[in-house]
Amino acid sequence: MAMAIKLSLILLFFLSSSFALYEDQVGFMDWHQRYIGKVKHAVFHTQKAGRKRVVVSTEENVIASLDLRRGEIFWRHVLGANDVVDQVDIALGKYVITLSSEGSILRAWNLPDGQMVWESFLSGSKSSKALLTVPANLKVDLDSPIFVYGGGYLHAISSIDGEYLWKKDFATEGNIDVHQLILPGGSDVVHAVGVTDSSQFDTYEVDVKNGGLLKHTTASFPGGIYGEVLPVSGGRFVVLDASRSVLVLITIENGQTHLEQTHVSDLIHGSSGNTVILPSKLSGIFSLRTDSCIVFIKVTNEGKLKVMEKVDKTVVVSDALPLSEGEQAFALVEHGDGKIELSVRLVHDMSSNHLKETVKMDHERGFVHKIFINNYVRTDRSHGFRALIVMEDHSLLLLQQGEIVWTRDDGLASVIDVTTSELPVEKIGVSVAKVEHSLFEWLKGHMLKLKGTLMLATPDEVAAIQQIRLQSSEKSKMTRDHNGFRRLLILLTRAGKLYALHTGDGRVVWSTLLQSLRTTSQQKCAGLKLHQWQVPHHHALDKNPSVLVVGRCGLSLTSPSALSIVDAYTGKELQSTSPAQHSTVQVIPLPYRDSTEQQLHLLIDADKHAHLYPTTPEAADIFQRESENVYWYSVELDAGILRGYGVKKTHPSNTVDDYCFETRNLWSVVFPSESEKIIATVARKQNEVVHTQAKVIADEDVMYKYISKNMLFVATVSPKANGPIGSATPDESVLVVYLVDTVTGRILHRMTHLGSQGPVHAVLSENWVVYHYFNLRAHRYEMSVIEIYDQSRAENKDVLKLIVGKHNLTTPVSSYSRPEVTTKSQSYFFTHSVKAISVSSTAKGITSKHLLIGTIGDQVLALDKRFVDPRRSLNPTQAEKEEGLLPLTDALPIIPQSYVTHALKVEGLRGIETIPAKLESTSLVFAYGIDLFYTRIAPSKTYDSLTEDFNYALLLLTIVALVVAIFVTWVLSERKDLQDKWR
Amino acid sequence: MKHTVTVLLLIILFISSNLAFESDELIAEDEDELIRSPVSSSSSSSSQIGSRSQSPSQVTRKRSTETESDSRVQFALEHAFGDSSDFSVAGTFTARLKTSAHGGQTLTKLRFSRNDLTSTEKEKFKKLLETDDYYKIRLPSDVLNAPGRDYVISSVKARCLPRNGLDEHILINMEGINILAVNYGSPGACQYPRPLKLPAKWSFNSHTALKYSELAPRTPIFSEDIGGVEIGDDEGVKPMVERSFWAKYWMYLVPLGLIVMNAVTQGLNMPEEQAGAQSGGQTQQAVPRGQGAAVRRR
Repeated sequence: MAMAIKLSLILLFFLSSSFALYEDQVGFMDWHQRYIGKVKHAVFHTQKAGRKRVVVSTEENVIASLDLRRGEIFWRHVLGANDVVDQVDIALGKYVITLSSEGSILRAWNLPDGQMVWESFLSGSKSSKALLTVPANLKVDLDSPIFVYGGGYLHAISSIDGEYLWKKDFATEGNIDVHQLILPGGSDVVHAVGVTDSSQFDTYEVDVKNGGLLKHTTASFPGGIYGEVLPVSGGRFVVLDASRSVLVLITIENGQTHLEQTHVSDLIHGSSGNTVILPSKLSGIFSLRTDSCIVFIKVTNEGKLKVMEKVDKTVVVSDALPLSEGEQAFALVEHGDGKIELSVRLVHDMSSNHLKETVKMDHERGFVHKIFINNYVRTDRSHGFRALIVMEDHSLLLLQQGEIVWTRDDGLASVIDVTTSELPVEKIGVSVAKVEHSLFEWLKGHMLKLKGTLMLATPDEVAAIQQIRLQSSEKSKMTRDHNGFRRLLILLTRAGKLYALHTGDGRVVWSTLLQSLRTTSQQKCAGLKLHQWQVPHHHALDKNPSVLVVGRCGLSLTSPSALSIVDAYTGKELQSTSPAQHSTVQVIPLPYRDSTEQQLHLLIDADKHAHLYPTTPEAADIFQRESENVYWYSVELDAGILRGYGVKKTHPSNTVDDYCFETRNLWSVVFPSESEKIIATVARKQNEVVHTQAKVIADEDVMYKYISKNMLFVATVSPKANGPIGSATPDESVLVVYLVDTVTGRILHRMTHLGSQGPVHAVLSENWVVYHYFNLRAHRYEMSVIEIYDQSRAENKDVLKLIVGKHNLTTPVSSYSRPEVTTKSQSYFFTHSVKAISVSSTAKGITSKHLLIGTIGDQVLALDKRFVDPRRSLNPTQAEKEEGLLPLTDALPIIPQSYVTHALKVEGLRGIETIPAKLESTSLVFAYGIDLFYTRIAPSKTYDSLTEDFNYALLLLTIVALVVAIFVTWVLSERKDLQDKWR
Repeated sequence: MKHTVTVLLLIILFISSNLAFESDELIAEDEDELIRSPVSSSSSSSSQIGSRSQSPSQVTRKRSTETESDSRVQFALEHAFGDSSDFSVAGTFTARLKTSAHGGQTLTKLRFSRNDLTSTEKEKFKKLLETDDYYKIRLPSDVLNAPGRDYVISSVKARCLPRNGLDEHILINMEGINILAVNYGSPGACQYPRPLKLPAKWSFNSHTALKYSELAPRTPIFSEDIGGVEIGDDEGVKPMVERSFWAKYWMYLVPLGLIVMNAVTQGLNMPEEQAGAQSGGQTQQAVPRGQGAAVRRR
């Protein structure tokens, strides 16, 4: 008994210590990259003293302070997915003010270190535009107020502590939609400019001291209004009418509002529709974009419109930047061939460029999307300008003096899909000099290590050892390695750019902006999925591996898809069809390959036709042969129906297209809409390998896992419980989980969790599924496991039968046989809420498994699968303990050492991908969100290899010493013998 | 009026069961484990009730008493042969609708009567067998107001069905009065590759079952048990402490014992060795002599 306890304690100890990482091992086999996403606002902060930085907010809801010199992140905060940043500004020269969640949350962050100073929740009565105005030098009773419009209210908030000063309800003033908040310099009045019922133009003047309404002017405009009202200069506004063909200039003088209409076609000859007023705030000038060009129009003092200049419509214009002499400058970026032209102009003097620079630009970055400019004083006391530009691939660049100072590949913050590719095989002809050099380096490194081991190394040498370990050229080589650790991670980002990252050090090997996925003015394209297309292993070894990128051009499911095939070594787009003839709803990689090792894919369109790729006669031939055994399923989330399909038998004569096949509905599962709603479906990973079907349990009995590639886990909740936790009572929320066979539509197992609700995260592997949900009755998160076993093979226990061959293990299994399965399940409490669950995968599936859980704290936790074994019992028998079964506990332990991400965070964690290495013990883990993290894990420790820092020199030295010792003793003993004989 | 209709219905049912009725009745609870020999299922009996050769009058009486408290529902099983043909009625399910105390409705006592295959249907089925195509069935997803939102479809390769007759197994997954899914197939294994085999008898042996969801096991909560478990552990530990002097210190005691033993044997051997040493001394003396002789000889 005591031994058993000891045993289990030791076991626990081993479990906990199995991934514990020493401090000097950090960064040795893992890397972590921090990103922020596509920048949408930038505020420069150029305090006289201190480091120069820029504060940005992004589409990933990140607020970050970046170093202007190097582009590094000083600090960064990731707001929640629902907390969209509306505006960013700097107040009092020391606080970053952010307005988020449609103007309902106002926060102040300390500029140097990013600490939150205060936070105010602003209540609103309706959803409206969110506006933030931070007056530069307005003092009201020793306080500098911030004005926020959100939810139909105008709030004045103290910038020192976030206290409410006053609020003014605009919702009671009719159905006004405030477009602008303006604080004319030096006055104590806030002007709120808006539109009521899109036909009436209103301005309100509000006292900054108490929020009292001072003046209200109104003018009706029957033509209707399109877009936003843009202030041009003091008391002047422009807006487009509903038809987008008439410009309305609004002038407010002495409490009177004048409207003046000008046809756009009068200003710009031959312009067509789609006119938009660009939101750039330039004093006295506004810019108008039409289908063909961008026009700068000056509003003269008399209220006349005058066209200043026409530029190409791809030009991007920045906001105006006030310069010291009271004049303003703004920047224009024009895209040329392989370069961009940045020109800075003064608002007063539009005719000439104040500054014109040409910067070479990589084609793969696409067009410029946004530009922010900032000025500095040069050594010769003239104005210098630097520009922060956001490119089409979401990267961020700083331009200064005609050069790119730094770039950030922030497209990697929005990874959609991940796949991997092997690296090329190492060429055999390596020069002798190189070998000698590397041998020398190798020896030197090992001598250093030896010194370190024997504690003879100086601190400098210790640092050198660490350096060698971290930057070993071995791990970042561009060739295939024996252990399969070096690979290319191929990432598809939301910007439609494909990146290849080396697993050794995380550097970008190549990146391609896919032409087929580029959003043009006609269509909006986006990538969807990434698939292995060609993996040469046995044949076609002269070809490079390639990946298939599937995208969609348009917003609806029926819009045409975009396909492209990209070489995984070079990033070259080998083939692209955009837009394709059909839409794509589902991509099914088939387990068949043609003679060039191209994987066959079936693309299902919205009309349920199956399109075969590659479109070669050979592929069609293979498919025709195997089409009988091709099944797939679709999940109709809205309707709550699962459907299974097969390919219709067709006669070759009456098909429209040789590669388009009719499908037929084979089965359906209809979930009752009043009681169940599908919230999660999880299938097994296609490439998962299972080592053995048999599982030997305690009393030398065998259980057979029910291993089917066609198993689908479905979780449904009652419709009321579909909302966030707390929206339904335990009595009305029911979680039902299913295991469905996707060939026949058979429900293999169905189980109801009363009083539980989603969100459900699940992982299905081998014969088990682990899922995570919330138990409303226990007020805790739970994880459950279901293991499914095949009973029909239970008789195969006789070893003699196995030897003689009288077993049914080799007979093919048909899904149409009635399965005799039993399930075992168990639930445990789990402390964290979960963002993603994955499972480690190894080359042969022998190594035990670890669940990889992305926790709410954006970390990845490795949990041994043995903790979620349904056979755990309160008091396991001796035999069960020897098997390694843990005593049952009600909660799953969270061992701090088992965080795969150790001290790091993968902000905004969205997915965890596991890739088997060639070495059976090791699995590669890639976690992505806003950050990227890569590491290797060995769930059962690296039993099949020496660790990388194994000291070969010490081993060699020991062997040499032993050999020497043997020789010495041999010689000595010979001598002794001889002496003895002479005696 | 309603009563007469039901009675009429029952009579029809009874007649049909007399003629070609091959159905199977099961009570809803725990009916997952339905594996019965096809021979027994050709009669309209239920294993749960016990007597296989139930007299029809008994059945009707039983039913008539039940109809007073519960209502009956009926829904049709439709089938299709391959892709080309449309669905047509193949049989009827009858079941009792039971209303539980808290308002939930469930079906019990499912009975199934299958229509005979017509000659055209036989032909179609034969064709399916020849081409190894799918035999499809469907049920309404809502038994009260059929077809509900959509039909629940299931299909099987026709070659899986023929044995002696045509064996089918219909497992209906229910949720209240809604049919979630139907698992249709042969009652046993369907080997692959599927050989073409025509049935000897062109009639269906039907096995039907209803299945409801099972409840998940509750998460064990040990908040109260922890003390108990610890006490148990203590109890387990205490006697061990009593007897564990050896268990605990054997690693010290055994070497100690060995050393002692060694010392004792050495102590015992000492006089022997001295004696042996003396005798050895004699031989040793002899060796140099021999050596010397050899040297001298050289």
